[in-house]
Amino acid sequence: MTVTEPNSGGLTVPEGHVAFSIDGVSTTAEKGTLIIRAAEQLGIEIPRFCDHPLLDPVANCRMCLIEIEGQPKPQPACAIPVGDNMVVRTQRTSKVAADAQKGTMEFLLLNHPLDCPICDKGGECPLQNQAMTAGRPESRFEGPKRTFPKPINVSAQILLDRERCVSCARCTRFAGEIAGDAFIDLLERGAQQQVGISEDTPFDSYFSGNTVQICPVGALTDARYRFRARPFDLVSVPTVCEHCASGCSLRTDVRRGEVQRRLAGDDPQVNEEWNCDKGRFAFPYLSEDRITHPMLRDEDGALRVASWPEALGAAADALAAAQGSAAVLVGGRLTSEDAYAYSKFARTVLQTDDVDFRARPSSDEEAAFLASSVARSEGPTYADLEVAPVVVLVAFEPEDESPIVFLRLRKAVTKGRTRVFAVAPWASPGLSKLTATVLAAGPGQEMEAMTGSDELMAALGEPGAVLIVGERAATVPGLFSDLVATADRTGARMAWVPRRAGERGALEAGLLPGMAPATWGDFEPGVGFAGVIDRLVTAGEPAELPVPVAQEDSEADAGAEQTTERPPAVTSDLAPTEPEEEPPPPYQTLLLAGFDPADVPDGAALVAGFDLVPCVVALATHHNAATRAADIVFPVAAVTEKAGSFLNWEGRRRSFPQVFRESLILADAAVLAAIADEMLVDFAPSDPAGLRAEMADQAAPAVEAAPRPEAPRHVHLEAGEAVLATWHQLVDDGSMQAGEPYLAATSRPAVVRVGPANAADLGIADGDEVTITGTIGSVTLPALVTDMPAGVVWLPANSGTNLLAALGVSGGDTVRVSVGRAS
Amino acid sequence: MPLTPVITAHWDEPDSFTLEGYRRHGGYSALPRALEMGPDAVIATVKDSGLRGRGGAGFPTGLKWSFVPQNDGKPHYLVVNADESEPGACKDIPMMLANPHALIEGIVIASYAFRADHAFVYIRGEVPHVLRRVNAAVREARDAGYLGDDILGSGFNLNLVIHAGAGAYICGEETALLDSLEGRRGQPRLKPPFPAVAGLYACPTVVNNVETISNVPYIINNGVDWFRSFGTEKSPGFKVFAVSGHVQRPGIYEAPLGTPMAELLEYAGGIREGHELKFWLPGGSSVPMLTKDHLDLPLTYEAIAEAGSMLGTGTPMVFDETTSVVRAVTGWLDFYKHESCGKCTPCREGNWFIHDILHRFDTGTGRSEQLKVLDDVCGQILGRSFCALGDAAATPFPAAMKYFADEFEAGTTTASSATFDPAASTVFSEVRA
Repeated sequence: MTVTEPNSGGLTVPEGHVAFSIDGVSTTAEKGTLIIRAAEQLGIEIPRFCDHPLLDPVANCRMCLIEIEGQPKPQPACAIPVGDNMVVRTQRTSKVAADAQKGTMEFLLLNHPLDCPICDKGGECPLQNQAMTAGRPESRFEGPKRTFPKPINVSAQILLDRERCVSCARCTRFAGEIAGDAFIDLLERGAQQQVGISEDTPFDSYFSGNTVQICPVGALTDARYRFRARPFDLVSVPTVCEHCASGCSLRTDVRRGEVQRRLAGDDPQVNEEWNCDKGRFAFPYLSEDRITHPMLRDEDGALRVASWPEALGAAADALAAAQGSAAVLVGGRLTSEDAYAYSKFARTVLQTDDVDFRARPSSDEEAAFLASSVARSEGPTYADLEVAPVVVLVAFEPEDESPIVFLRLRKAVTKGRTRVFAVAPWASPGLSKLTATVLAAGPGQEMEAMTGSDELMAALGEPGAVLIVGERAATVPGLFSDLVATADRTGARMAWVPRRAGERGALEAGLLPGMAPATWGDFEPGVGFAGVIDRLVTAGEPAELPVPVAQEDSEADAGAEQTTERPPAVTSDLAPTEPEEEPPPPYQTLLLAGFDPADVPDGAALVAGFDLVPCVVALATHHNAATRAADIVFPVAAVTEKAGSFLNWEGRRRSFPQVFRESLILADAAVLAAIADEMLVDFAPSDPAGLRAEMADQAAPAVEAAPRPEAPRHVHLEAGEAVLATWHQLVDDGSMQAGEPYLAATSRPAVVRVGPANAADLGIADGDEVTITGTIGSVTLPALVTDMPAGVVWLPANSGTNLLAALGVSGGDTVRVSVGRAS
Repeated sequence: MPLTPVITAHWDEPDSFTLEGYRRHGGYSALPRALEMGPDAVIATVKDSGLRGRGGAGFPTGLKWSFVPQNDGKPHYLVVNADESEPGACKDIPMMLANPHALIEGIVIASYAFRADHAFVYIRGEVPHVLRRVNAAVREARDAGYLGDDILGSGFNLNLVIHAGAGAYICGEETALLDSLEGRRGQPRLKPPFPAVAGLYACPTVVNNVETISNVPYIINNGVDWFRSFGTEKSPGFKVFAVSGHVQRPGIYEAPLGTPMAELLEYAGGIREGHELKFWLPGGSSVPMLTKDHLDLPLTYEAIAEAGSMLGTGTPMVFDETTSVVRAVTGWLDFYKHESCGKCTPCREGNWFIHDILHRFDTGTGRSEQLKVLDDVCGQILGRSFCALGDAAATPFPAAMKYFADEFEAGTTTASSATFDPAASTVFSEVRA
């Protein structure tokens, strides 16, 4: 700070600051600081309703009126910046200010229902609180209050009680300014003014829950929490969100051992004060349909409940026999500590490098990219996005795939000068709200679109430019390599934003082949999900028939006879129908954790392959096809039952404490430690703090980037075929959104988007039923003709239909497009 | 002082509203003169003339024009506020009916002065006949080359749009008007930025009243000295006074500013036969009422302010002794409660409150202590609302209490209709008697 001259008050005024006094206290603040903020810095609280630090000032509630010397009228502290030598007097020292505030409070309470005892906001209500400081003990208003029918739904999730509304417009301003979803607005006038929606256009915003949180009265409530608890009965714990890689701070409010609600935490560096509706409302899964006990597969083939010692013993026996012939496959939602435990367990206990966390379409090129360009790198941060002159999005739809990245980009675009370019098949609502320049490209056409735009390539060269790539780039061979080369050439900084909360942490924990620290042993690089599945499938293919070549050559009929009726000499007495030499199993054991086979390409083949593996051990919170087919199942703690941390897309550690401290459910790391104990192997600390300390000491190997794989530049499409573009919509059928029907009701409907050229060829109009057929199935959805490149169709990855599980396809695959329902 | 018809000079002619009628008396001769003078000279002339805004606030017009930043690379806009909705005000509507071309010529000159190439007239939607007439005048002017591209060969282009409002008093507030014009819900905007910096579509904008702009051609034609020969030092020029209420000849009287109210009352034929003045308001319901003790006041911005009221729109409303002050004030508050836009708390809720209590006094069911509440509530609105609508709503009651406290006291026992027969204040009362 540059010190200029001291002003008359003897204060040193730094450059760009002004000196002023509030309630007789002389101080300085940066030019442009609003009086209400400057007062906060002095610890003087000026009451307010419409004011919110992250929304533009409107000064309409008139609660923050204060006196400024020389001004004839009281002025709103929320809208006026401090001026040089300004003398401000708040309600503490000015009767004018105090009277003005009292007057406003009397007005606000005129039509406000006295229903605090049954209002969800009662107990944490700014109106209630400020009525205590600035309100009259008794109302002077004797007339009838204004009434409205209540509550009304502004969306399936958000309910509005218009009688309680004080017209502060925080909700409508949030929707318009921050989220860009101006689905709610103020209607009517005078005392009849009310928040409302347009007919048939509900407030289906991904961010609608924030309006409930910033409503200073109980006018907006959500269906999830409404009438569930009194604020003073809740225990609040600061947590972080487990859904996506944005890494939001949350506040989890619990009562009677259940999460009652979740609020956005205040973290200026990450989510500011916002979060998305998925993070806010999708928590019922935490308590529904949990696996509660260890389970073992019986002699009769059924999974039965087992005791912990029995299950641990069985697992220890199986794993001890599997050293060097095991694979460890986990989902992308483990905490950083648990991921580390699996990573170390795989290498030091199971002696295998066949590990992976990418339970989704992935590639070896991606693994090399992650190991060489993302792991341990200091990439761009949220703050960098906010000041970046240019942000380019590739294979990434921010609103659906990382909503806080979207909000920060929107802030950068609306408040700053950031330009967003998106290489995407169509201008999604999120991209439109970012006023992004969309370079239309289906999967595989990304680089062509980028190099074809001189404007984009020049923009990438601007200092501070950021290139964001999403996990979907893994479905396009060569894309990661090309993007790295582009970033290197232009000087743009690159960020990888995965969809799931645990992916970055798992990557840093070395849960990829070839990423084991040297101290864990020397491994030939193993294989990941795809490699493991490959091996299982290959092993499961019918073995070569044990037919003598000579016989087959000499007499075909005899050969055929022999295969159906083998000579007794070749059969064993114990297993008369088995061939003599059984091939070794592809793996002795598979250790699986927290993933759903429906998320993995060929997930069904993976589960089918369990038959070939002597022992499959699964650790999970909920049952799915994998746990049901496993031999040993351990229940593990969900995020509320353990402490831990996630690394968000920035690589920023987001630690959270154990919400339910009395919970006895073990975290994954503790279960692994117990198994290791049973195996009499010295493993690792079982507590998160110990694990984290150990992790910090591990020197992960430096990994070289892999050569760019050869990729088919152009896919040949037959008539009626198209390349599938897809991503997961934020609110969809994800298993962690189970049990929240109100949230589900706000999801975007599933449609098939077809470009105008293909629509014309096939005679498709908006709303027509279109069937998309993949390798194993098909889905019929209404069509929406969208400005898109020819030869590309888009449909959501898991909205009503899981494309991977039901159609056997993911982004970049070729699908058949036909009009009408499948025959 | 005699009447000085300027804008109203030829309203008695059957074709005063046509291009021909306007041109017959020198219409559109100021425009070429202004184009000759150059924009800065036009601003200087209007500034020197001392013309003050005729919409109610009386802000110096030339000064307002000079606030528009020049060479800023942004479009500039002139928006004419023709949303005349003030109870008692009826001057802009007749002016647009009888002399729309003075307005149009003024618009072209003003736009030329502060380099606007797009102008709007925001006319309240309840007067379709005025909309039709102004639209017809715009057509005539465009056909004659006074609007459109390359006006009179000067290279200056101006597009003029006539916009119909949808019937909200608040849209007479300049920033609410701009919101409404942009297609939004009409609610006042936070200032700063002022419209001169960021107005319509966030570009520099001047919002002027119909009468203000209609003055401009006459000033350009006749000069500063001529204009200043009317009125006073601080309130120069003439004013279209619209006198309404219990007078013999309600109507429009154009006279120099500074004409005493008593004289204006004489022009209007005095109070109706057999009655006497009870109170009057200089400029619409939003200004404090005055009594017969104030009749000698010159009608200037400064003198009326000194007496505790405001010249406002300069449309005096006159009430005789048949009028119940309580009923009059209650009626106005019905209006303000209905027209409050709802944006700020004091106006939205305060009017609901005042309205509730006033109705008790109007029906004889008030309680003395509620007069104190009323006074408090008005004090809680005045100076604390977002825009002047709240201030206006908080004005009638305290002023009425100042002169007619006894009538409000009576409201604790007796309905106003019992003391003051509502029929007696109507225009047909004599017929009925």
